[in-house]
Amino acid sequence: MNLKLKALTKSLWVFHAACSPCNNCDIEILDLLTPRYDVERFGMVLVGSVRHADVLLVTGVPNYKTKERLKKLYAQAPQPCLVIAVGNCACGRIMFKDSYNSPCAVDEIVPVSAYIPGCPPKPEAMISGVVKLINKLQGKK
Amino acid sequence: MSIKEQIREKLGSKVIDWYQHSSRRIYVSIKPKDIREVASLLFNELKLRFSIATGLDTPKGFEILYHFNFDKSGEIISLRVLLEDKKNPQIDSLATLFPAAEWIEREMWELLGINFIGHPNLKRLLLSDEWPEGKYPLRHQQ
Amino acid sequence: MSHKVVIPIGPYHPLQEEPEFFRLYVEGERVVDIDIIIGYNHRGIEELSEHKHFDQVAFLVERICGICSTSHPFAFCLAVEDLAKIEVPERALYIRTIIAEMERIHSHLLWLGLAGHFIGYNTVWMWAWKYREPILDCFEMITGNRNHYAMMKIGGVRRDIKDEDIPALKKALDDLVPAVDMFKGAVMDDPVIQARLKGIGILTKQQAIDWAVVGPTARASGINIDVRRDDPYGAYDRVSWNVIAEKDGDIFAKTVVRILELYESISIIRQCLDKMPKGEIDANVKDIPAGEGIGRVEAPRGECFHYVRSDGTNRPIRHKIRAPSYMNVASNKVAAVGQTISDTTITLAAVDPCYCCTERVVVLDKATDKKIMNGWDLIKLSQEKTEQLKKTIGGKS
Repeated sequence: MNLKLKALTKSLWVFHAACSPCNNCDIEILDLLTPRYDVERFGMVLVGSVRHADVLLVTGVPNYKTKERLKKLYAQAPQPCLVIAVGNCACGRIMFKDSYNSPCAVDEIVPVSAYIPGCPPKPEAMISGVVKLINKLQGKK
Repeated sequence: MSIKEQIREKLGSKVIDWYQHSSRRIYVSIKPKDIREVASLLFNELKLRFSIATGLDTPKGFEILYHFNFDKSGEIISLRVLLEDKKNPQIDSLATLFPAAEWIEREMWELLGINFIGHPNLKRLLLSDEWPEGKYPLRHQQ
Repeated sequence: MSHKVVIPIGPYHPLQEEPEFFRLYVEGERVVDIDIIIGYNHRGIEELSEHKHFDQVAFLVERICGICSTSHPFAFCLAVEDLAKIEVPERALYIRTIIAEMERIHSHLLWLGLAGHFIGYNTVWMWAWKYREPILDCFEMITGNRNHYAMMKIGGVRRDIKDEDIPALKKALDDLVPAVDMFKGAVMDDPVIQARLKGIGILTKQQAIDWAVVGPTARASGINIDVRRDDPYGAYDRVSWNVIAEKDGDIFAKTVVRILELYESISIIRQCLDKMPKGEIDANVKDIPAGEGIGRVEAPRGECFHYVRSDGTNRPIRHKIRAPSYMNVASNKVAAVGQTISDTTITLAAVDPCYCCTERVVVLDKATDKKIMNGWDLIKLSQEKTEQLKKTIGGKS
């Protein structure tokens, strides 16, 4: 694994990119910043611009409007940028897969490095998912 | 006079059908050509609140239900119109009577293909520009 | 020479949870027009509903919105129960009410936190969300999930509230009261917050009527409507509580309405826990006849309206869903115009937009001059304004 990727796993700058979510995963992501979970002590910071992002947290089902947005965001993110699909909708669309307004799943738009399923995934599950990803990147088990 | 009695009296012969489903749910059928006058009566004169409108594709035609509320009694009075011409369904817009109708008419236009005559801003609300013309997701036969 | 400048907010700034496009047209510091374009969250749920069984639809509509996730299944169940004239057992009425009020508490605390952040009171954000956690723990204890509780079912509720869980629930409510007292003091008595929120983002009573807004947005503008009292459902007519309404229609009024509603919700839950009779929780509905029905509930954001038509088969042939934000977000067309840029973020957030419920609003770009500032910058502007006010007025932080 290259030096840059190793380095970025020390402090992750996270950009929240919602497709068409119900908001639950998004609120639980924000919850990670609050005192009970406080992910800032791990160096995880929510950033306001995709150009500073190490990680894209993608939530929700892509629809025709948001699929284009996601493509553009990923293109603007500096590489290497990891994409984490948070929530059942981002992982596999689940009950929305037959929707007339959903053309495809998230991993058909951008490469996904980690899937955190749940509806919504509990904050503990999200932390666990991110830790697993970091461990994998650092070559640990 | 209760609100029901007031409405019945003011609408007079415009009422094609009056159906009371339960104590607070009333459905009043009127002709599409009367919609503006009746809606104005309910909204402006009798001060009912507009909740939303429901557009439906039925075998007999496109049905629109305009749901009005009399909050003091909790009654919902739904005006029902039937647009029998399925090839060219259209009805007068209510958006110039009250702005609360603006979005839902746009939505019914794009999802069902019903034209709202006189709407100040009839353009897509929900569907992307990519969505093909003439394809209406809420129509039953496609 | 005044020039028209376009400042798009969103779609992806961290604290507006849904990408939404408000394009503001400003002249100097003032917003002169606003365009709202939605569609970013449209998932075709009404159409999906026609392909699901009635019992599956409740799970589907729960996911319209994560924050008011019980309001939609509740309204849907009421619509079907209206259609089929189903009597729900009394214990289920109380359980439904308890869940709905717990949702109101968590939703209002969520909003308080976000609003606090928008105006630069990050401690309010952290406190509000910290005190929200025990409510989510109670949800998990009773229903199995912090969010998306899957409690509502046609004819009743899916799970009972166990007697042994009630003391923990009551304790969470008892612990919440001093926290709400603290917020009330922090918000209502702080001169800087008053300067920040009073007279800002006003929606007049007539505008509120013309745009048919609902919920705290309406009640803050003097429109005394509340589905729980006007068209009672659940156990709301079996317990005593007050509708909170204010007159000024500004953001301060909307904040006050939500804070005071927290007390009412706590009281309603306590009364329900005491009065709830033993008994069945499910009417065991087998078939839905042909017909139509309307159900509505007072979601945290306002009236959540569902219309269902059935042809006697096991799926709805039409399901119309109208979330409260559909009406409230549209009213920003008038409420946000005339504000300064630094007040825009809080004005737009004041209707407590549950974007998932409605759709994002995207504004069409008309201006020729473009000055791009993203939502993050706009929040900063808003926070800076508060800092300025603190220096001139002084107050708690």
